[in-house]
Amino acid sequence: MSVTSLSRPLSDARKGDTGVVSFVHATGEQGHDLERRLLEMGFVEGARVEVLHEGLIGRDPMAVRVDDMRVALRRREAGFISIEPQAA
Amino acid sequence: MTDVAISPARIALVGNPNCGKTALFNALTGSRQKVANYAGVTVERKEGSFTTPDGRRISVLDLPGTYSLRARSPDEEVTRDVVFGRRAGEAMPDVLVCVADATNLRLVLRLILELKQVGRPMVLALNMYDIAQRQGIAIDLDGLSKALGVPIVTTVATRRRGIEDLVREVDRLAVGAVSPVSEWREPTAAEIREAHRQSQRILKEFVKPPARPDTFTGRLDSVLLHPVLGSLLLLFVLFLMFQAVFAWAKPPMDFLQACFDGLGVWITHVMPDSLLRSLLTDGVISGVGTVIVFLPQILIVFFFIICLEDFGYMARAAFLMDRIMGGAGLHGRAFITLLSSVACAIPGIMSTRVIDNKRDRLTTILIAPLMTCSARIPIYTLIISAFIPNRNVWGPINLQGLVMFGLYAAGIVSALLISFIIRKIFWRTASEPFLMELPAYKVPDVLNVARGVWQRAEMFLKRAGTTILSMAILIWFFSSFPRPPAGATQPAIDYSLAGMIGHWVEPIMQPIGFNWQMSVSLIPGMAAREVSVAALGSIYAISAHGDDTSKLGATLATHWSLATALAFLAWYIFAPQCASTLAVVKRETNAWRWPIIMFVYMVVLAYAAAFATYHVAVAMGWGH
Repeated sequence: MSVTSLSRPLSDARKGDTGVVSFVHATGEQGHDLERRLLEMGFVEGARVEVLHEGLIGRDPMAVRVDDMRVALRRREAGFISIEPQAA
Repeated sequence: MTDVAISPARIALVGNPNCGKTALFNALTGSRQKVANYAGVTVERKEGSFTTPDGRRISVLDLPGTYSLRARSPDEEVTRDVVFGRRAGEAMPDVLVCVADATNLRLVLRLILELKQVGRPMVLALNMYDIAQRQGIAIDLDGLSKALGVPIVTTVATRRRGIEDLVREVDRLAVGAVSPVSEWREPTAAEIREAHRQSQRILKEFVKPPARPDTFTGRLDSVLLHPVLGSLLLLFVLFLMFQAVFAWAKPPMDFLQACFDGLGVWITHVMPDSLLRSLLTDGVISGVGTVIVFLPQILIVFFFIICLEDFGYMARAAFLMDRIMGGAGLHGRAFITLLSSVACAIPGIMSTRVIDNKRDRLTTILIAPLMTCSARIPIYTLIISAFIPNRNVWGPINLQGLVMFGLYAAGIVSALLISFIIRKIFWRTASEPFLMELPAYKVPDVLNVARGVWQRAEMFLKRAGTTILSMAILIWFFSSFPRPPAGATQPAIDYSLAGMIGHWVEPIMQPIGFNWQMSVSLIPGMAAREVSVAALGSIYAISAHGDDTSKLGATLATHWSLATALAFLAWYIFAPQCASTLAVVKRETNAWRWPIIMFVYMVVLAYAAAFATYHVAVAMGWGH
């Protein structure tokens, strides 16, 4: 899947925002491993996501619906996931 | 039947977390189960067995839940190694039973594709099938089975539905078990993506999405995960738990106390005054009895924890607490460790095995014993009921309950502070990613909760019957020998070994307000904290010249000042008085270094806290 100009990191999304995962790529020391963990938890290109809840302090962590399950993650990790608006 | 057909077989249950694996394990094995640890690690090993209608004995291993065989934490390593037959001391399972939550198949399908590469005979148990049906999820079982290449059985573990079918399938597969050729290797990111696409295709073709999706979880989450409301509710749940520990546990505790008192009186009546009678009444009954009385409170703590876990609330609590935990340099999951440590530091420390980062894990282990474990409850209750007036200070808020809450809070705050110091000063590394599934809420199954609580009760009673009993007898011996000389004026214990040790350490403990009886009680308290109460019971029962009717609390109230009592409480917030915890830390970390560091830092904190408390309290005029 290509990264379009409409892509933005999931970490920028607010409660109620929806989209489709367009790109997952983790960088940094543990990036290679983190990317596989994100994939294993269902953050794979094409998955539909919706931000369900946000934490009290700094809106962190966030609870995200990934297809038909719910996953909690911190915004730092959510930054490695790009989403784009769902095609109509 | 040939010999082959009835030869015993081994199966292992594998699956994602929260798929009802343990409920299925319970349904298969009933009460024939054994909880222990895997050799070398403190990953809980649950094994059980059952016999098929043909008479084949099948042993079942309940493996830790995982999303992938690419193990990252000690418990996932156990699952991987057992599945591959690589774990020392564990035979390779003949059949793998992959347990899946029928309402949440996406991730488990990928795990199944991975498990298939292992090459073992496998059956897929679609568990919670009733919920899937209720939600109107239509699963083409034949199609799915063909696409995955594994037989499928539908089960409702909590209602024991589909268990016979599963047993039959396992029985059939066990006969044909051949030695496997594993093709598995750690998948690359590209391979995980490909497996996802494949499972997505399978899902689309054979599973129709729910006609009546579960809206309950979403609606409940909008309250329980609400930034403000959710946090307040979490505090309320914790507060309710502590109040329940006191209010609900009181009647059964009074009953147990009356039983042990009655037993002591009865023995005094039927037996002549002798050493044996003294051993039974002053040693065994006042020692073990004092501890067993706290069983109801410990059961209530575990009841709450198991219910919250089974309901799915623990993951929410971790979510709500993640930022606070993160501020202290910890992983959100550390909250589950800390909450389990409220029952006992040992399961708490064991629960750190899901934390992958080594430093995160060690930090969590080091602070887990600061949480108020149930073994401290006997001590806290004894001192609070003897020294803190039982009155309401503000509406229904009871002063005794408030002090107890304060002690728990002191444990939590100090745990976070210590963690902060470790992570921000000694180990400044990026912390572990927080990534966890928020499972759908489920009403806890009564039988599974009861079994969990019972297993904990069994462990506690076993400890009371072994460690605590032997310590009680040892303390009695120490407190009774040597016998006082003829014409002694002081209580007998003054002349005993215990008295000598107590007097010897007294100068060290005097600055923190401890008398020699307290100093003596700390020594057996090393075995387990609650033994201190037993020790105080024995010491004061003996030094009170057989004044059997006086309750320990009342005795203490006449012997100790309020300042001393408060210092004793402060000491126990920090004191590393649990040999089993230190032993578990040694086993978990595989080095003596960590239990030694833990012991030293906790003793220093305990002494400092008791010192400060005592002197502040004396300054407040509570020194008499």
